[in-house]
Amino acid sequence: MNKLLEIRDLHAVVDGKEILKGINLDVNAGETHAIMGPNGAGKSTLSAVLAGRENFIVTRGEVWFKGKNLLEMPAENRAREGLFLSFQYPVEIPGVSTVNFLKTAINEHRKYSGKPPYPPGEFLKMIREKMEWVGIDSKLLNRSLNEGFSGGEKKKNEIFQMAVLEPVLAILDETDSGLDIDALRVVANGVNRLKGPGNAVIVITHYQRLLDHVVPDVVHVLHDGRVVKTAGKELAIELEKKGYDWIKQQSPGEN
Amino acid sequence: MDKNQDNILDEFTRGEYKHGFVSNVETETIGKGLSEEVVRLISRKKGEPEWLLEFRLSAYRHWLTMKTPTWAKLEIPPIDYQEIIYYAAPKKAENRSWDEVDPELKATFDKLGIPLDEQKMLSGVAVDAVMDSVSVKTTFKETLAERGIIFSSFSEAVKDHPDLIKRYLGTVVPYADNYFAALNSAVFSDGSFVYIPRGVRCPMELSTYFRINAAKTGQFERTLIVADEESYVSYLEGCTAPRRDENQLHAAIVEIIVERDAEVKYSTVQNWYPGDKEGKGGIYNFVTKRGICRGERARLIWTQVETGSAITWKYPGTILKGDHSVSEFYSVAVTNHHQQADTGTKMIHIGNNTRSRIVSKGISAGKSSNTYRGLVKVAKKCRDARNYSQCDSLLLGDRCGAHTFPRVEVANPSARVEHEATTSKIGEDQLFYCNQRGISTEDAVGLIIKGYAGDVISKMPMEFAVEAQKLLQISLEGSVG
Amino acid sequence: MSTEQINSDLSAIFREARKPLRVNSNELLDRHREEAFLHFIASGIPEKTEEYAHADLLPAFDRDYHLMLRPPRLKVNPDALFTCNVPGLDTRVRFTVNGWTARVDEPLELPGGVVICSLPTAAERYPGLLELHYNHHAGKRDTLASLNTAFAQDGIFINVPDGVNMDKPLQIVNLMQGNNNNVMSFQRNLAIIGKGATATILACDHTLSDNAFLSNSVTEIALSENASLDYYQVQNQHVEASRINAIFVTQERASRLDANTITLYGGFTRNNLIVALAGEGSECNLHGMYLSDKKQRVDNFTSIEHAAPGCRSNELFKGVLDDSAVADFTGRVIVRPGARKTEAYQANHNLLLSDEARVNTRPQLIIDADDVKCSHGATVGQLDDEAMFYLRSRGISEAEARLMMMFGFAHEIVGRIRLEPLREQIDNLVDKRLRGELTKCYNCVRHCKKTS
Repeated sequence: MNKLLEIRDLHAVVDGKEILKGINLDVNAGETHAIMGPNGAGKSTLSAVLAGRENFIVTRGEVWFKGKNLLEMPAENRAREGLFLSFQYPVEIPGVSTVNFLKTAINEHRKYSGKPPYPPGEFLKMIREKMEWVGIDSKLLNRSLNEGFSGGEKKKNEIFQMAVLEPVLAILDETDSGLDIDALRVVANGVNRLKGPGNAVIVITHYQRLLDHVVPDVVHVLHDGRVVKTAGKELAIELEKKGYDWIKQQSPGEN
Repeated sequence: MDKNQDNILDEFTRGEYKHGFVSNVETETIGKGLSEEVVRLISRKKGEPEWLLEFRLSAYRHWLTMKTPTWAKLEIPPIDYQEIIYYAAPKKAENRSWDEVDPELKATFDKLGIPLDEQKMLSGVAVDAVMDSVSVKTTFKETLAERGIIFSSFSEAVKDHPDLIKRYLGTVVPYADNYFAALNSAVFSDGSFVYIPRGVRCPMELSTYFRINAAKTGQFERTLIVADEESYVSYLEGCTAPRRDENQLHAAIVEIIVERDAEVKYSTVQNWYPGDKEGKGGIYNFVTKRGICRGERARLIWTQVETGSAITWKYPGTILKGDHSVSEFYSVAVTNHHQQADTGTKMIHIGNNTRSRIVSKGISAGKSSNTYRGLVKVAKKCRDARNYSQCDSLLLGDRCGAHTFPRVEVANPSARVEHEATTSKIGEDQLFYCNQRGISTEDAVGLIIKGYAGDVISKMPMEFAVEAQKLLQISLEGSVG
Repeated sequence: MSTEQINSDLSAIFREARKPLRVNSNELLDRHREEAFLHFIASGIPEKTEEYAHADLLPAFDRDYHLMLRPPRLKVNPDALFTCNVPGLDTRVRFTVNGWTARVDEPLELPGGVVICSLPTAAERYPGLLELHYNHHAGKRDTLASLNTAFAQDGIFINVPDGVNMDKPLQIVNLMQGNNNNVMSFQRNLAIIGKGATATILACDHTLSDNAFLSNSVTEIALSENASLDYYQVQNQHVEASRINAIFVTQERASRLDANTITLYGGFTRNNLIVALAGEGSECNLHGMYLSDKKQRVDNFTSIEHAAPGCRSNELFKGVLDDSAVADFTGRVIVRPGARKTEAYQANHNLLLSDEARVNTRPQLIIDADDVKCSHGATVGQLDDEAMFYLRSRGISEAEARLMMMFGFAHEIVGRIRLEPLREQIDNLVDKRLRGELTKCYNCVRHCKKTS
């Protein structure tokens, strides 16, 4: 099997507080994983640590991505290696147009892998194509990045960027929260189109509903900084029924 | 503004000053006027050491070379400094046992809601009561002394702790700082001295109550607070004066020294007589208040509710010298009728990782003028300073003015400084919303103002928050708010 | 030299210049000189005044300058030497050299009856308009503007008649050229936009020789009822140039002004933008951007007076400071009694990139009416960490991410330029500037020499 991501005993501290307390997780190419868990379990911290956020300090453990030591790479190189994080709260950047941003990003990716910059005509063609299948308005292209976007538009823009950058591993951090059913479908379609034998997706979510559209191979439950349960897709349904208290009761001595 | 609102406004602004009575206390005064001889006389009356007289004289000589500041947005009528009496002491006050104190004097403070009888007092508050030029009584002195805390009148402290006074006096506000500071340094009468020893948490609120009673006098008190390493104190000052047709000058100095890991909360409820509705009389409140966070992680929190005085000129500020030191400034300033206020704060960032926060709420009503003036300065060598300032002005009526003059000076790239200000009147939509829920416009106005000032009031020590809230209401009664 | 000395030198120069000033001028201009000079000399060059709190004017004035009291006999045709060429921008171009207008072959009256000519020509041909407007808007509002009034002889005059939409933008290219002399100039422009008329004016400042320059110019603008003006100024001078640039605007009922001030380069630049919203329902939008490095100083002083009800003002100035550059900003909003339903918004944002750069910002609200919505904000800081991480998480390098964000920061101002070719050109200049490439205006051969 082609191992994409290996997380070993990962501990991380934010503002002096330990949030991740020994995460172990393996993701193989072609798989879709779901990470669920109550608020404060460490889900978003895990995604931020993987993406290389500097104020999240790894105190122990290691992470291997495509056989390379992920934790040694700066954030931009992780992205160029093919790790994509769909932000829970996409950042607004006034004055930077979405199209200019994407062009810069994709050309940096290409430079990293020794390719010449995208020929301008082809770039626009590709962008149009991807916009169409994500279903976002071309007017967004010339607007400042995420500025004044609605919640749904921001999340769709994340999926659009994912479509453009074609990552090896996409991490969707609560991309489904706050979305209406149509937007949810757009997100799901985007993810499903990305899926292939060579790449993988990690969906971080509270709820079952996105998992109806993006069917996971494996479901992990995160609680108090650890993976406390791992099972097939039926685990998500069970969680939806029983709630997280069920998990909390199953892992006594932790809160 | 519709008529209904006008009426309410009018009614709201008709509020009367509640502390305007005159006490019939026998008072000893010196002749009016200012000269080197008067400075010597004050010093002599207080039996001061030579070095303090020298301090006064240097200040006086410097003052003679200075000019009244004119940069504030205030119309200050010319003040004849030779018409002011610089020393007035209630007889039967100083250096007497409590039983010998003039009953009228006791009654005065009772009437002001400041009982000086320890049995009657709020248990968590120690008070130094100052009338005109002298301290009448300091309560709970002994209780505090058990922990090594010094809380006494300034004059007593000069006698009992000359070394401490000599070490700190004029170190935060040098006499040459400004015109009124120089004047105060020359003729200051009494005030409070607080010293919290290392590692001591002051178990009760310390409070000084200033009262001007005698006519034609100026009040020039001086407060010095020293919080030694790892100590804590919460201090509050309150002020009132009788209703008189003439203007009286109040020029005080407050100096606060906060050492490493110490914290000082300094709260003010300023309710000097503001003058009548036509702008006659009232106190000129020209004060210099400044603190220094000397050591690492020192904290100085200013909270003020300002409703009184005909003219206010004051900018309590903090010098953030120690690394990681913090200062906050919360202020509500209300002006009504013909009051004028030019007030704000200064935050001078010198130490690394210093933080400051400014929340200023101005409320202008009647024909008053209310100005916020502030300075946030980040020195060149100061790394990672942070400041956030928010200055809002609320206008009640179309004959008042609200002005905002902040100043931000940054000389280090690692600083983050943010300033925001808004000026508006109470929104018609807010009033309508309240009306629709069955709240009268008058109540709605009260409610909105309460909410508006709430951020600041909530920072006051609990014992005084209620008082401050009431004061706001009274001073805006008939004004909106 | 002390300020007193310079003030007395200026007095001496004025006394000597009285006669020659008259020879080459017009009575309509002359009649203001004496009073204006008295106003100037009463306080002299401002030092630490409320309006010039941080401006250090002494170095700008403390130099030997050549003052041209007669039109220069320039052999060169400015067109041949320099065109401020913005590809695709179709404008009517007028040049001034050291404050003197260069002749053009176009007729005095243009389509729609629009007049563009030199100020003395206007004084001869349209004395009525000058009687009404000349020094009416500037008056005695600023001492340095009064110094200009005392010495002013020439500049650009434009009159757009009622109801006329100007067919092309007017582009004023202000050149400073020394021929081995340091030069001081006092250019004076006047723009009158008639009722319901619309116009676009673009003013660019350039330096053509290595000498030191002090240009103290005044532009008066009258916007009649329902008039609409887009006013752009692009300042791109070398570091030996001191620029004092005052714009006085009076806006009548329902008029609109969009003014965009872009300072790309210059030794010392002081912009005074003084706007009076005199008529009900008028609107002004002041935007500005400054990119400063080396030892440049940029000082923007703006004052917007809401004197009538229902007016709106919007103000946004942004700056990026590097090396030991210093930027000052004062944004004053005055709301007069009775100016009900006023809306005034103002912001100044600064990015500090180096240890030596400094910013002083003073937003001011002076409000004497109650039915108002006013706000101001000022920030000084660095690039946002969150946004930096977001860009990097998409594979963009830190250096590129910084550039993108700075560009985006500046683009908030540049993006408001309505003339597309100009916007592209400025974007391009800003991009080059941020990448540390020399600021080059097309066909300019000399003025960048001193920029390194």
